[in-house]
Parts: sequence; C-alpha cells; structure tokens
Amino acid sequence: MAEPNWRLAGKRDRLMERARILRGIRAFFMDRDFLEVETPHRVPGNAPEAYIAPVPSGDWFLHSSPELPMKRLLAAGYPRLFQICRCWRAAERGSRHLPEFTMLEWYRAQADYHALMDDCEALFHALAPSGHLTWQGRAIDLGPPWERLSVAEAFARYTDTTAHQALAEDRFDELIACAIEPRLGWDKPCFLTDYPAELAALARKKPGNPEVAERFELYIAGLELANAFSELTDPEEQRARFAREEAQRLQAGQPPYPVPDRFLAELAHMPPAAGIALGVDRLVMLLTDAATIDEVVTFTPEEL
Amino acid sequence: MYNCSDLKKGLKLMVDGEPHVIVAFDFTKPGKGQALYKCKLRNMITGSLFDRTYRSGESFEPASLEDRDMQYLYQDESGYVFMDQKSFDQVHLSEETLGDDKYFLIDNMNVNVLMFGERAIGITLPNFVNLKVTHTDPWVKGDTAAGNNKPATVETGYTLQVPSFVEEGDLIQIDTRTGAYNTRVKE
Repeated sequence: MAEPNWRLAGKRDRLMERARILRGIRAFFMDRDFLEVETPHRVPGNAPEAYIAPVPSGDWFLHSSPELPMKRLLAAGYPRLFQICRCWRAAERGSRHLPEFTMLEWYRAQADYHALMDDCEALFHALAPSGHLTWQGRAIDLGPPWERLSVAEAFARYTDTTAHQALAEDRFDELIACAIEPRLGWDKPCFLTDYPAELAALARKKPGNPEVAERFELYIAGLELANAFSELTDPEEQRARFAREEAQRLQAGQPPYPVPDRFLAELAHMPPAAGIALGVDRLVMLLTDAATIDEVVTFTPEEL
Repeated sequence: MYNCSDLKKGLKLMVDGEPHVIVAFDFTKPGKGQALYKCKLRNMITGSLFDRTYRSGESFEPASLEDRDMQYLYQDESGYVFMDQKSFDQVHLSEETLGDDKYFLIDNMNVNVLMFGERAIGITLPNFVNLKVTHTDPWVKGDTAAGNNKPATVETGYTLQVPSFVEEGDLIQIDTRTGAYNTRVKE
C-alpha cells in the first residue's frame, strides 16, 4: 500500500482553479470598496433556525454562518463587508453538502436584495469573463440579466399546487427540492425570489405584500448557490421570530442557544441593508465542471 | 431499525413489505428547509426501480434476508450459478439481478447469496476483489504527474479509472462497494 495518494494528487487542477477563484472573489470585492473581515468561528450561539443543526465546541458552538457578527458590524457603521470562512452544520453530507464548508458572505448598507442580484451577475462576470460556463455537458449563458422567478410563479410552473397549499401540507421543501430546484438555472442562472414570509426568519417583508419576504436563492444548473435577504431591521420583530425558531429547535431536541441580546440591541442601529451567503465549494464545482463537492476540496471527512 | 442517517447506497431495507436495495442515494436540503434523503430504490424481488424521498425522523426496517455462504461456479445461458458448499444446492441469478456485481465475480469465489425465503435475490461481495488489467493505454515515459489517470478494462469487462502507472497485465484491487480502483497488487 505504498502507492502515493493518487486520488488526492488528481485534484491538482481543481485545487489550483479553486485558489484562483478565491483570489478573484477577494479582488472583486476589494475593487468595490468592501472591507474583508474575520469574525470568530466559535460562538455562544447561532441565529436560531429550525433546520440548521450546530456542531458543539466545548460549551459553545462552531458557527453555522457569520451572519450575526456581520450585522453587528453593519450596525456599527461599516457599510460594505465581506467574509470568506469555514462554516459547520451537523449531519449535512451529500453530493452537494459537507458538514464543514466554505462560505462567502457579503453585506451592503442602504441597499435591498436587488442590489445583491446585480452583485451576483457582476461577480460571475469577473470570475468567468467568457460569459458562459459548461457544467456536466450543458452550456449556461451567464450574460445579464439573469432570470427572476418568484416562488409563486415557480410553483405554478412546475407543480400542481401553490406555495401556500404546499406549506399547509408540509410539502414545501420536498416540492422545492424534487420538482423545482432541478429545473432552475439551466439556460441562464435563476433568482428564485419572494419566499413565503414564514420561511425567512431574518428577512424584511416585501413592502405592500406582507405575505412574502424579500429573500432570494440563486440557482445555476439546478445547484443552489446562494441565499440572500433584504435584512430585517426591527429588533422587536426579530426577537419574536427568533423565539419562534428557537422553540422549534428545542422541540426537535437541539441544544438551546442563548438569546443574542447584544445583536438584538444593536440591530436598532442597523441601516437598511441586504446580505447574502454563497457556497464557495459549489461555486468552484460550477466553474470547474465538478459533479460532486468531494472533487473540489482537499479532503472530505471520510478521507481524514 | 434504521434511521435516515443510516441510509446509503447498498443498504437493504423493507419498503411496503418487500426487500429493497438503495441503488443511488443523496442528501439534500433546499434553502433553509428540512433535510431530505433522496433514494433510488430497487425492489429486490421484481427488479423495479423507483425514486423515494424521506425526511428526518423516519425509520426503516432492515430487509429480512438470510445470507448463505456459496461459491460462484460459472455463467451459462440461465444466468450466474452459485453452489451452497454444505448442501450442494445450486441457485441461479440473472444478469439483471446482479447488476454491476457481475463485474466482480471470479470463478470459485466465495460470496454471500441473499435469500428471501427460498428465493435467491442477490449477492454480497467481499469488499475488495483483485482483477487483472486486460487493456489500458501504455504509460507514457516522462508522464510523472501523480494525478494523471486513464481508463482501464479488467478481465471481467469492467472499465474504471486508474493511475497512469498501471499497465496491462497488472493485478489491481477494486473496492466493490464503489467500483473504484484501490491499489496495485503484487502477484
């Protein structure tokens, strides 16, 4: 068994491309006057979300996203921020999931989710200047503007029910995952927008339509790449939503989080803002034509 | 009982009262939603294939199958023939039932034949088998990049990716659970 690790050696081209993409992301945001920051990986609690399970670290947790510290920075007066960091989510493992993965988050003060859609289009233009990519034999046109499809329209187009009905029957996630997601973003990238308000714990409701929240997910070639919001800035509303999510977490047997009082207090000072989290490993999958997330990281947990 | 975190390719479980094997598996989680476990299942009796998605909290009964030690004898027009070495009973399995497992059978190999009642419905292979490479492109001298790979065909007709230093006539170890190259074996 003295053979070199042939499979690891075979990742060379993709690892080189990954390093180039990371440099490209940093250059893109620095050119646009975003401040790169690092926030602690180890935290007393995450923003409570019903279906995101944390990895414990001593009495605290590894963060599942840097969202709360990033918003505290926004509230303190930093208008444009980005971070590239490792995040941890327990028991998430599949061809597109790793329990430890790399996230890119960026935030803009005085902006809503439309500005983030423009950022996504521009970021891909910077990373793939040819204006297209080929993934698993399919060519995808990256030229702006990308498709904008509301959740309501997607249910009408790809299912025989409505988002509202699917939620009532507890079939929303299954229909998104099995009927909608696989069809999105094959000709051009697709922003799936305007989620039912109850599915966006940290998002602002759409002015004039409180049934939906200003949240979008970016899909390319059926791959979910990013999640974005116009941020909720009302501390009381946020506190109430956290309490609901935390109750659901506890009911599912998850460890309790302390109430993020500092975040909630400082939220009152946060300007109108929008933020987005993008999966860097999946971005590398798309740009290097990799079928699975395993191919774009040095080691998977199973290889350690 | 199994729960969702046990689900993986190759797991055998009861679905609607009949034994099924998971032939493809993926975990997914849409947006900020619930974890979903997507399975492609094969009914081990009828052979029919279908997709089913499970969610956290569901549990599954293991397939009630008896493992019987048998020896692989040969292939003929009736299929693949195995013999119980104690009772000398012979059973036949079709090419379709064996699926890709047929590529990892070597004459006289010992395998576990899976019985559902009196019926043979599949086999469990050893985790690793050694097979001889019958065709692959020659190693180009000077191609020292350790990561380069190329296709190779082994004696059973199976084709897989191997490192560039593997040559025709080499014996290689293959992981039957994934079908992937593991290492070269010295004869």
